[in-house]
This record gives sequence, structure tokens and C-alpha cells, in this order.
Amino acid sequence: MTTNTAELICPAGTPAALRTAVDAGADAVYCGFQNATNARNFPGLNFTPVELEKSVAYAHSKGAKVLLALNTFPPAGKFDLWKEAAIAGVKMGVDAFIVADVGVADYIARHFPEKRLHLSVQAAASSPEAIRYYCENFGVKRVVLPRILTVPEIRAISKEIPCEIETFIFGNHGLMVEGRCSLTNYITGLSTNMDGVCSPAADVQYIRDDEGNMSTILGPYMIDCYSCGETAGYPTICKGRYRVKHRNDGYYAFEEPISLNLSRMLPDLMEAGVNAFKIEGRQRSRAYVSRGVSAFRKAINDVRDGNEPEFADLLALTEGQKQTEGAFKSKTWR
Amino acid sequence: MKLTMGPIPFHWNNEKRVDFYARIADESPIDCVYMGEIICSKRAPFFAPLQEEVAARLERAGKKVIFSSLSEVMLKRERNAMASFCENEEQEIEINNSSGLIHTKGKKHRIGPMMNVYNVETMAFLARQGATHFSLPVELPRTSAQLLAQAAKTMGENGVGVEVQVFGRASLAVSARCYHARAHGRIKDNCQFVCEDDLDGMALKTLDHKDFLVINGIQTLSHTYVNLLGELEGLAEIGVTHCRLIPHSQDMIAVAKTCRGVLDKKIDVKEGQTQLDGLGIPAPFSNGFWHGVSGHLNVSASPA
Repeated sequence: MTTNTAELICPAGTPAALRTAVDAGADAVYCGFQNATNARNFPGLNFTPVELEKSVAYAHSKGAKVLLALNTFPPAGKFDLWKEAAIAGVKMGVDAFIVADVGVADYIARHFPEKRLHLSVQAAASSPEAIRYYCENFGVKRVVLPRILTVPEIRAISKEIPCEIETFIFGNHGLMVEGRCSLTNYITGLSTNMDGVCSPAADVQYIRDDEGNMSTILGPYMIDCYSCGETAGYPTICKGRYRVKHRNDGYYAFEEPISLNLSRMLPDLMEAGVNAFKIEGRQRSRAYVSRGVSAFRKAINDVRDGNEPEFADLLALTEGQKQTEGAFKSKTWR
Repeated sequence: MKLTMGPIPFHWNNEKRVDFYARIADESPIDCVYMGEIICSKRAPFFAPLQEEVAARLERAGKKVIFSSLSEVMLKRERNAMASFCENEEQEIEINNSSGLIHTKGKKHRIGPMMNVYNVETMAFLARQGATHFSLPVELPRTSAQLLAQAAKTMGENGVGVEVQVFGRASLAVSARCYHARAHGRIKDNCQFVCEDDLDGMALKTLDHKDFLVINGIQTLSHTYVNLLGELEGLAEIGVTHCRLIPHSQDMIAVAKTCRGVLDKKIDVKEGQTQLDGLGIPAPFSNGFWHGVSGHLNVSASPA
């Protein structure tokens, strides 16, 4: 596992985004079906079986891999939907499955042992012991690490596990331990784990008051309120402003609306043993995919060739035009 | 149907913990008690020296005691804590993080509600590796819990246990970041244990002053208290074996007696509800998750 094999893993929310990512230099794209079997089950996103089949052919013709996200947790009574998705993925020739649920991992490992399994960030495997458990029991070949580890911690983990490491490098900055968050279900009745949704658009409202302030609402709850000069963000529960008794004003109780951008840490992460870098954003536009993928493709090539990486300004692509290196840089994030 | 007391999620001091468990030993109809710090590894050393002694006291009173593990394991000290936790041969243990599974393979253990057991396939796999008892995720609806409870009867040597939370705030999320420290302008490493001031968690209100969520260190809980009093009879019918109460600062002995009374049909649900309403719980009740709707809602119980 030398640093010069680092792969660039890119989001594909639609067939058009998949082609864009592949053309911009993605080594692999990740995508999902139009149902609860993946964690970005949003209206207008994802692939029909026919679309996926064509997209796999396109990606393979350009030398890129397709990773199918089956990374939600099937509730009892609905397991067949995940089985059918796995069978369809095998038939279409996807290169790997990204899984989180023990039952789903076991099913694929037993029925399709030749298929690569990647452990989704939704499995929240944040220690060598947890990662090794999935490797030993299901033959997992790669773990997608939670966005909560520092570079030295990633380096230490890489020495203690028998599989490849993939980390997020750019995009939405998840705050809660993934696969353990029921906030959306508490408010809307749709579950991130079981339905693949987070702050579903059907439950979102934007309400402007007489003074021009814009409230963002999820279900019956106000998630944030913006004055005239501010740009209103999407009401994600863990990015909202709230009140506590000892503070006078609302504050970002969990995290500000901010994006992860680890571009400057790319050489350190490659040196620490990261095998693949993931750009988040299956819900984002083709322009985002195109610019993000191109910038990181060039940067990875630069590092591999021993050159100083240069980055086009990625800030315009970030959420609320604010960026962070999050937990990766320092423990003070915690 | 057995009644259990889940681990204390909040940072109560030792005096309060010792008193709490003494009353459970002496006065409560609780059958099983889960003990141990599940939220924050920094809190764990405070009560650890007393835990064996308190457990022994509970056992003398006829209670079964199970030790519960941390739910977040990342740092070296947390990994070491999990490894030695799993070596415990004296006490039954409940695993709340998948890092524990590598240590417990082939040994008898319980699976806690912080683990993601949503389907029969997952439950069966873990049961084959030694899991004897499953506390289901709080967001799992009755329709799925029913299927798990049925299948559980055929697993293990004589079936495996199935537990459902019937009372107390629902754990909604955990994080690597401490939100209690953040609210006080600190970080996890210099938190000075500000979480100790909030016995039932720190209320988080919306900007328009509506009760919303509750912060407990790295954990986020519901403002509402889960209350499945009206569903207890149905729980038994579908094969759930244990009902879990989550400790709060209100009178948990009274809560336990009310639940036991309804389970044993000594009192009806209406009378039980009147008793719970009299306990001064500072939040509405909810049962939405169980009914497959928004968790914060309280819907009228449907027949099982």
C-alpha cells in the first residue's frame, strides 16, 4: 500500500454527474439506487437499474470503477430490498459494494464472495478493533473512516488494520457519529438509518417575517433564522442555531454550516497511509463535481510526482462559503 | 416480562449514584440493572471504584446486574478500556460499540441499544457469535420489533432476549465532539465536567423558544420522554422479554412500580398514566418511534 496508489473517489448522484466525474479524472465513482438502500435517498437523485447498467459500462470503458452504496440499515420486514439491490449490482458488474449493516455484509460475503466489500462510514468503525471485526468476518477490503480522526490517529490505525483506508477530503462535514443519528426521524418520521434521508425536503419550509428575517423550519421546529443580510442555509438539524439557558443568543450548538476541505493536508494524509480520497456530494451539481474532481485529480497527481500541489480556489464550492479541516487537523475540534 | 433499569446516561456524582442504586435494591420491582459509563470515557473513573460494591449490593437484593460498555471507542484509553471490559468473567456484559465484538466472539454477551440491530439477519449473525440478548435501537418501529422478537425465540440455546426502551429520553445521536463543553466555550479536553450540573441533560431550545433537544456531553437526546405504558401489554404479546427504563432525576422507583403494576394488570393504563403525570416530569411524553411516526409525537396506542 504505497502512497502513489491513492485513488480519487467521486460522487455520482445522477448518470450525468457520473459521466462528468469520470471525464474529470475520477478513479472510481460511488452511487446508489433510487430507494432506501443508500444514505442519500433524496428526490431526483440516484439511478434506475437501466441507468446504472449503462453508467457502469461507461465508467468501465474509461477505466473507472463503480462503487454501489448499500449503506443503510434494513429494518426487519424490508431486508429483501437490500438483497435485490445487491443481486442487481452483481449482475451489472459494479466493482464493490459499500455496506454498513452486519446482515447486509454477511449476505453479500456469503452469496458473492468474489465481490469487494467496502465498509461505509455509516458503520462508524473508528478503532482498529472495530475495523478488524468487519475484515475478519466479512472480508472487508477497505474502510471509509469517520471524519473524527486526526492525521496521527489515521497513521496509527493504518498500521493496525489489514485493509485499505479511504477518507473524506472535501464536502459536507458530518458531525454526529454516522449510523447512530436519529435526529431526522425524531422530527420527521423518516429515518437516516432505515430510509436513507436527512432533513427531507418535503418537511422543509422557509418563512420570511415582516422585518425580512428568514426562518428555516424542519417539521414543526425552527432550525435557524437569518437576518436580511445573511444567506439562509438548508435546515440540517446539526447545523442549526439554538438556545441554552446560560447564553443570551442562539448559537451553533453542534457545528456551523461549514464544509470540510483537506486539500492542504493531502500530502500528509497520503503519507499517513490513506489509499483513497472521497469527495462528498452526491446531492451536488455537475459543476461542483466537475470542479472538485478536476482540482483533486491534479493535486493527487502532483503529490505522486513529487511536486507541490496547487489548488484552484475550492472555497466557492463549500457550504456557506466556509471551510474547515475539522478533526483532521487538531484534537481541539472535539 | 422483566423490568430493567438502563445505565445512567448522565454525569451524576457518586453520592447520587449510590443512593439511586440503594433505592433500586431496597424498594424497586426492577429485575435487572445495567451499570457503567456509556457516554464519556472521561467520566468513567469516578464511579468505577464503587461499581463492584454497588453491584454486589444489588445482587444481594435479588437483582441481576449487567455491566454496559462505552458507546464511543476511538482513543487508546477507550480501546484498552473496552478490551479489559470484555475480559470480565464475573459479570454479564452489554456491548455498545462494535470494537467490543472482536473481543466477545464465542463468549456470552449482550448487545446494547447503541448497536445497530435492525433486522433478523444481523441479530442471527450476532447470536451465532455468542450474543444472548438484544436491546433494540430506540427508533425501531413495532412492525420490525415484532419480527425480531419472533425470530429471537429460535436463536441461541433457548432463544435470545429482546429488550425495548419503555421510559425516558431517547438517545438520538452521539458525536466525537462534546456539545456540553462547546456550550460553555470549552472543548472536550478541558471540559471541567460541566455536564455534572444537568441531571437530565441540558435543554436546547429553538430560536423561537420551543423545547427541542437535550445535550448530555457527546450525546443528544430527545426533549420528550419516551413512554410506552399504553403499549406494555402489546409488547408482551409480540414476544418482547424485557422493558427498559432510562434513569432520570425524577422518582424512578415510582416509574418502575407503575410499569410493573400495568404489566401485572394490577392497575390499568389510565391509572398508571395518572401516576406518571404526577411525577413532575418537565417534558411531554412520546411514543412516535414505536408507531413508525416522528419520534417526538405521542399517538394513542393501537392494539398490538
